Amino acid sequence: MKVTFPHMGNTYIPVKALLDELGIEYVIPPFNNKKALELGTKYAPEMACLPLKINLGNFIQAHELGADLILISGGCGPCRFGYYGEMHREILKDLGFNMEVFTLDISKKDISGFLRNIKRITGEFKPYKILKAIKKTAEVSKQVDELERLSFKIRPREIVKGSADRIYKSFQNSVLNKKGAKEIKELIDFTRKNLLDIETDKSLDPIKIGIVGEIYTTNDPFTNFRIESRLGNEGAEVMRPVTVSGWIIDHMIKKALGLKGDESYKEAAKPYLGAMIGGHTQETIGNTVLLAKDGYDGIIQILPLGCMPEIVSESILPSIERDLNIPVLTLIIDEMTGEAGYLTRIEAFVDLLKRRKEEGLIAGKRMLSWN
Amino acid sequence: MSIKVGIPRSLFYYQMYPLWQTFFEELGAEVVVSENTSKKILDDGVRICVDEACLPVKLFHGHVISLKDRVDYLFIPRMTSISKGEYICPKVGGLPDMIRSSIKGLPEIIDVEINLRKSGSSELESALDIGSYVCKDGRRIKRAYIKALDKFNEYKADVERGFIPGDDINRKRNIYVVKNSELLNIAIIGHPYNLYDSYVNMNLISKLRGDGINIITHEMVSEEIINSYADKLNKKVFWNFGRKALGSVRHFVERNDIKGIIFVVSFGCGIDAFIGDLAERIVRRNSSIPFMFISLDEHSGEAGLDTRLEAFTDMIRWRSKNESNFSAHG
Repeated sequence: MKVTFPHMGNTYIPVKALLDELGIEYVIPPFNNKKALELGTKYAPEMACLPLKINLGNFIQAHELGADLILISGGCGPCRFGYYGEMHREILKDLGFNMEVFTLDISKKDISGFLRNIKRITGEFKPYKILKAIKKTAEVSKQVDELERLSFKIRPREIVKGSADRIYKSFQNSVLNKKGAKEIKELIDFTRKNLLDIETDKSLDPIKIGIVGEIYTTNDPFTNFRIESRLGNEGAEVMRPVTVSGWIIDHMIKKALGLKGDESYKEAAKPYLGAMIGGHTQETIGNTVLLAKDGYDGIIQILPLGCMPEIVSESILPSIERDLNIPVLTLIIDEMTGEAGYLTRIEAFVDLLKRRKEEGLIAGKRMLSWN
Repeated sequence: MSIKVGIPRSLFYYQMYPLWQTFFEELGAEVVVSENTSKKILDDGVRICVDEACLPVKLFHGHVISLKDRVDYLFIPRMTSISKGEYICPKVGGLPDMIRSSIKGLPEIIDVEINLRKSGSSELESALDIGSYVCKDGRRIKRAYIKALDKFNEYKADVERGFIPGDDINRKRNIYVVKNSELLNIAIIGHPYNLYDSYVNMNLISKLRGDGINIITHEMVSEEIINSYADKLNKKVFWNFGRKALGSVRHFVERNDIKGIIFVVSFGCGIDAFIGDLAERIVRRNSSIPFMFISLDEHSGEAGLDTRLEAFTDMIRWRSKNESNFSAHG
């Protein structure tokens, strides 16, 4: 039995650490690529959201490498992600792939079945070992995100453009050859040192852009055409509040233990969005408000076409834009998105923000209208 | 002068109107419902709403625009969940927020949250909250709610017997007798707001009926039957409509008097994309019943729909004449 799992940005690093620690045999699907997207688009329902299609492609490519068990996390709505497991199972079944789908959601109805499945995958059931592995995984995912944030800060300031990109890219590739949380952490430390060694312009005061929106498209560089690195190289400092580690720690671990994570965004979203409606809408709205108040120059919202929760955010964001006087750019991604048009919009947005900032500095307040 | 409460004739109006209308009328309010969907309403909605939203949500915006200047309150409850453990959809849950951000010059919105996901008891509480906008007497609200609920249950029983809303005027005459009928039975699955809005679906129901077809919608299947089938699914469907659709599809597949299944989806509906696909797989794997999608969007070319419906029903009739030698895939 060989386990596989879907790609989403850097998620493969903590998941790899977890599976290594538990001693489970696994296949990491090839990094998100055009072929995976093509396969997914071909077999998934036309109106399904983009992550479902890419993940389907991941599984088919992993199947070619010998994987026969899919591990994905679940949920109970109302976002469609909660039903991904079922969709994938049915689609793969009709395609004739002999792959089992195991959804990691703990329903109250069937907790013993859940534990049985865990036992079947891990071969044995040692709660202590599993808890230790989960703890290490959480640490790894946190460090990966910290490393990413560091690269956000270095990119706009580096003297030789592309240095951070090169180091970061090589980290993402060579981590595949490491085994276990310890080796991965060593590589993270090594990379961090390399990043800090890059010569930077300390006096620079770059424009700051917040990235909000649906978690998959904001976190996955293949789907968003490496937006963070592009913005960084255009001279913008990027901040993305929703991260993989945040999601793992707040939504999975803390929720299971009944703890509460940082919920300041919920308060901030209140005036615009009265209740939790699923997906990351509350995060999108709340973080936009928080970032605007924090002096950010602009916000980019990214969502896959047809994403139900983010459509609500999209229609609310113009109110925040008006109230807090902060430009918001909405980027919608699907399998047909052309890179050139997309990049032109990003460039124009960055130019606008730079002009706005300059004029603001001269006139003492932000003059250039966004609308 | 009595208080005017406006209800957009859109989305859950089609499922809930006996309840809502009776409730407000019992409280002494005047209920103003927007007119039937028209080209103007659709155009207004499409213009003001974000492009990516689904057709029903755009239409809702249009209905709100046509109502907003004529009423004291707009009734847009935040419908998070209308059944235990289930949601409706993020867009319906965030509807009051979307409306507030997109449309200017609104009257006060009654946006009480209806959330029955955790325990069934908050139903009356929501009703009390909603009622308090027009009447301060708690007991009167309670009485109105009970009366409205009676009306609603009566209506649901009618629907299970074969009544299709929109036939209001000749109500009793329109009740089709499902059993022992010579008519061809075709099952239609789709959101009530798509099935019963004859502008959006281009008179789908009356076209089929005029062709000698008896329509059985998923709303005519009793809750017990739906649940007994839905419980057999691998993972609980957490959308109210999803459970009903998949439960009834499995039921239709096992019933032997259904000759065809039509799944009506709205363009851009996230739930339809998933549930429709799963439903199709259920039908194809377990039966040879012809299955067709009809997807509704803001375009209104009627000829294409007519051709497809005709081809579908002809194919079914030929199949029954020629011992099912016709492909179910069209």
